[in-house]
Amino acid sequence: MEHHSHIYGVMGEFETGEQLIQAAKKTREAGYRHVDAYAPYPVEGLSEALRLHRSWVPLITLLGGLSGGLGGFGLQYWAAAITYPLNIGGRPLNSWPAFIPVTFELTILGASLSAVLGMLALNRLPQPHHPVFNVKRFTHASSDRFFLCIQARDPQFSLTDSARFLQSLNAVYVNEVQDD
Amino acid sequence: MSAGQPPLDSPEIRRLTPVLAPGYSYTSVTDKISAIVLTRPTSLGWFAGFGIAFSLMGMMTIAIGWLIIKGTGIWGINVPIGWGFAIVNFVWWIGIGHAGTLISAILFLLNQQWRTSINRFAEAMTLFAVACAGIFPLIHTGRPWMAFYMFPYPSTMGLWPQFRSPLIWDVFAVSTYGTVSLLFWFVGLIPDLATLRDRAKTKPKQIIYGMLAMGWRGSAHHWHNYQSAYLLLAGLATPLVLSVHTVVSFDFAIAIVPGWHTTIFPPYFVAGAIYSGFAMVLTIAIPLRKAYALEDFITMRHLDNMAKVMLATGLIVAYGYVFEIFMALYSGNKFDVFLVQQRLHGPYAPFYYALIFCNILTPQLLWFYKMRHNVAVLFVMSIVVNIGMWLERFVIVVISLTRDFVPSAWGRYSPTFWDWATLIGTIGMFVTLIFLFVRVLPAISITEMRELVAETSEENE
Repeated sequence: MEHHSHIYGVMGEFETGEQLIQAAKKTREAGYRHVDAYAPYPVEGLSEALRLHRSWVPLITLLGGLSGGLGGFGLQYWAAAITYPLNIGGRPLNSWPAFIPVTFELTILGASLSAVLGMLALNRLPQPHHPVFNVKRFTHASSDRFFLCIQARDPQFSLTDSARFLQSLNAVYVNEVQDD
Repeated sequence: MSAGQPPLDSPEIRRLTPVLAPGYSYTSVTDKISAIVLTRPTSLGWFAGFGIAFSLMGMMTIAIGWLIIKGTGIWGINVPIGWGFAIVNFVWWIGIGHAGTLISAILFLLNQQWRTSINRFAEAMTLFAVACAGIFPLIHTGRPWMAFYMFPYPSTMGLWPQFRSPLIWDVFAVSTYGTVSLLFWFVGLIPDLATLRDRAKTKPKQIIYGMLAMGWRGSAHHWHNYQSAYLLLAGLATPLVLSVHTVVSFDFAIAIVPGWHTTIFPPYFVAGAIYSGFAMVLTIAIPLRKAYALEDFITMRHLDNMAKVMLATGLIVAYGYVFEIFMALYSGNKFDVFLVQQRLHGPYAPFYYALIFCNILTPQLLWFYKMRHNVAVLFVMSIVVNIGMWLERFVIVVISLTRDFVPSAWGRYSPTFWDWATLIGTIGMFVTLIFLFVRVLPAISITEMRELVAETSEENE
């Protein structure tokens, strides 16, 4: 294994999402593990081709929703029945049906905030700079081109062999990605 | 036309009307939409429209400033009509917002391709409409600087909001709705902001769009979590949007005032909200596609579908009107029967008939294919429906309050100059925000258009 401290990886450029999926599959089959793909829109089947594990976002959202709902109900119960009880014609203090709308809204609020913040955290965003931006043609990743990057930290990585491997997958361009 | 070819409005041809005109690639959709923001010079028309809208917004600022100095006495409200324009306008604006969420969330869950090119600006419309709506209950409190009393916070007085009150439910429903709409809109924008960052030619634009894009790089890992979050947000926004106008209708339905105290209010309010919202989407979409030559993206198919949704929700609203009258008569409650008589023959009867004309009669034209495909007719009709939905809220709020149980408590209501200035001012604010939005952010989701290009090119192969 060669050691390249200044290299983040090698990156191949593809013209269609279908080619990217094929390339991703073959790269994983060739034994590479630290691989990422870049696409201007969510390409169907790409996560499966890269064998990504299931997203944690749904679990985070569930927990956020539960805490929003329980916290919301608890807040109302505490306010209306414990700390500020108002006896209005002897009606029950824990009038739970009247607490449902706010509980519902806070469930949605908790779940939505956790979905978005969880997604950003899992994606390590905001992250103003990343080595892939050093590749000049990478600006096309947000409009019309598809990229596959084999990272240098992969045990199987070798600058020349991995670049040749990407070429064999019919990449239109192959670039090395500088680390900085 | 050669013999054997079906006529232009036959079902075969209609089904073929595409949601995206043929011949577009990833590059060309990206170019065309991002150019509106990045490279096209700002037109004189934009400045003229923005100038008018901004002046109206200035009028709103003055009206609100004067209100804060003098108090709500400058409005037409009185005892017993304490609600007046502020609540009419609040319900109207919040209803308009609903179509944006319906398009972006419900049609997404139902996998409707045609939502793609209209969802972004419909969501923006939602946000701006909620912003306009939020102003009214705030200034209607009379002391808007004390509005934080409505939120639960540990105050030194040991006071807590009355959580059994629909007005407090409203605070939570509307603020949650505003927050979730903003999140949904922003999450949808992130990949597009990255596109703008990468295509911007000047440093300030690169920095601003770059900061907003937060370093998005379209990695498969990013998309993996992103799609999950987007789908969940759509699933969460769907029950939310139905709950918001339900809660707004509770403001009325939970009271015992005749004409308000009915169980049909929640579904009928939600349908009315979607009805007026789709009308507003058409009011914005028609000039937008014309001004920026977006007819290939916002096609006749979109306008046709929106007209159909308007027709369907309009019929639900009509059903609501009929059943309001039926239930009042069937109940035999003399106050309810009297209220129906007041709507039909009372001093505000012209408003009621205008409402029937705008909301029930006019939209019947939408049964006809030719009308749904006539852009001018659609535009005029969308404005008529918007006016009709405003009248509906006026009829509900004002007639019931002027004809309470005891004749000694009856009254009259007429708006003052300041009422009108505030209403027209918020329309100015809404249009100002729309103008700014179209100029600085992509009005159509570039990412989703690329997905559409991928899907339609697969279908053609």
